[in-house]
Order: sequence, then C-alpha cells, then structure tokens
Amino acid sequence: MGNGTRLGRVRGLGSAHEGAGEWWKHKVSSGSNLLLTLWLMVSVALLPAYDFATIAGWIAQPLVAVPLILLVLSVTHHFRHGLQVVIEDYQHDESRFVLIVLLEYFTITVRVLAIFSILKIAFTTTGVAA
Amino acid sequence: MANVRNTARPLSPHLGIYKWGPHMAVSIIHRATGSGMATVGTGLFVWWLVALAYGPDAYATFLDTFTLSNGKLNILGYLVGVGLSFSLFQHMGSGVRHFFLDAGANFELRANKRSALATFAFSILATATFWVVLLEKAHG
Repeated sequence: MGNGTRLGRVRGLGSAHEGAGEWWKHKVSSGSNLLLTLWLMVSVALLPAYDFATIAGWIAQPLVAVPLILLVLSVTHHFRHGLQVVIEDYQHDESRFVLIVLLEYFTITVRVLAIFSILKIAFTTTGVAA
Repeated sequence: MANVRNTARPLSPHLGIYKWGPHMAVSIIHRATGSGMATVGTGLFVWWLVALAYGPDAYATFLDTFTLSNGKLNILGYLVGVGLSFSLFQHMGSGVRHFFLDAGANFELRANKRSALATFAFSILATATFWVVLLEKAHG
C-alpha cells in the first residue's frame, strides 16, 4: 500500500500514525476507570440513604469531590476514544467526520457540566453529612 | 470515499459461518455495554450531578423519574439501574480480560473460553450483590 498519494492523504485515507499512542492512552484510562468506578459503586452501595442532603453532603467532602472529578476526566477520556473506534468501524463515508466532531463536542460539554456541578455542590453545601 | 462496495460481487463468508461462542458474545457485549454507558450512562450521570447542583427540587424531579410515590424504584428505575450497573460490571470484567489479551496471554482456546464465561459470572454476581445491598436499605 505504501504511504498513499497526496490526494489520498487529503481525503483522509491511510494511517494517521497516532494509533499506538491513542491505544496506550485508552489502556491507561481503563486502569484509572477500574479503580475509580469500583470506588464509586462501593461508596454508593455503602451510603446510608439517597436523599438530597445525604448525597450533597457526601459529594461536598474533598476526598469524594476530587475522586469524582478524576472519575469524570478518566471516563470521558475513555469513552471519547472508545466511541471514536466504534464510529470508525461502522461509518465509512463523510458521516464519520461529522460524528467524530459531534463526539468531541459532546465529550467536552458533559465533562465541563459534570465538573462544574461537582464543584458547585462541594462549594455550596454547608454542614458535611454522612 | 474508500470502501464503496460493488453490490454485484458476492461477500466473502463472514461471521455467519461461525457458531456463536462465549468469546464472540463477550466481545460484542463489551462494545455494546461501552457504547450504552457512554451515551445513556453519561446522560444520566450528568443529569444526576446537574440536578444536585440545582438543588432539592431538581433532585426530586430526577428521583421521581425513577421511583414510585412510596420511594421504591419504578419499572424504568429497575430497567435503567440494573441495566447500567450490569453494563458497568460486564464491561469491567471484560476490560480486565482485555489486559491479559493485550499482553499476549489467554489465547489458548479453553482458557480463553473460560475467561469469557468468567466475565459473565463476575458481572451477574456483582450486579446482584450491588442491588441486594441497595434494596435491603430501601425496603428495610
């Protein structure tokens, strides 16, 4: 196949030569996802109740808010790459570029929404419960 | 673009010629659970956090969507809750299996099949444990 023609490269054909690095970052985020989601599921299971005051008071603690933010960063990075692979496997025409751009916007939007909300809960909840 | 197929020509024998096994199931379920969590799971997780950030009223709207008036989960609550927690544990088990596959291990047929089955055993057990703990608390 060689390196293709210049026209082919303009059309987005061939290797971007970024695959190995992306794959490695995906694997690194799997490791942190494993730890952080296990922490989240065990913590949620061990909460005494699920009413507003309990949950907000729980999130307001520094050692809950920070792991939660780390989880958001790790998980959004992981699904950003995972969904791109799915798109690239099934979409072969121009729609793949549109979907990947939309995925990028989606990822950044939910990442900022989640982190801002965690910080707002943490900084506005008075009297730490749980 | 590339990959434009001439429909007049036959396709090579593809997945249809294989007998389904746990290894194939665990592979496609890894992708399905990942895609499901990335879309539905992310949406609900962000809604949960944003509702908490808005305050008790918004959080009540979130809870009311998934619970009955007596506080117990409704059908949607069970469907989404069990579905997403099972997805997480299945994707987790399957992801750990991928760590071994990436290192070049666990490709022997019988061991590979066993580890595929083990991911299902883990996810079903973990999901059941999680919900027993949660429901014991809610229902006393």
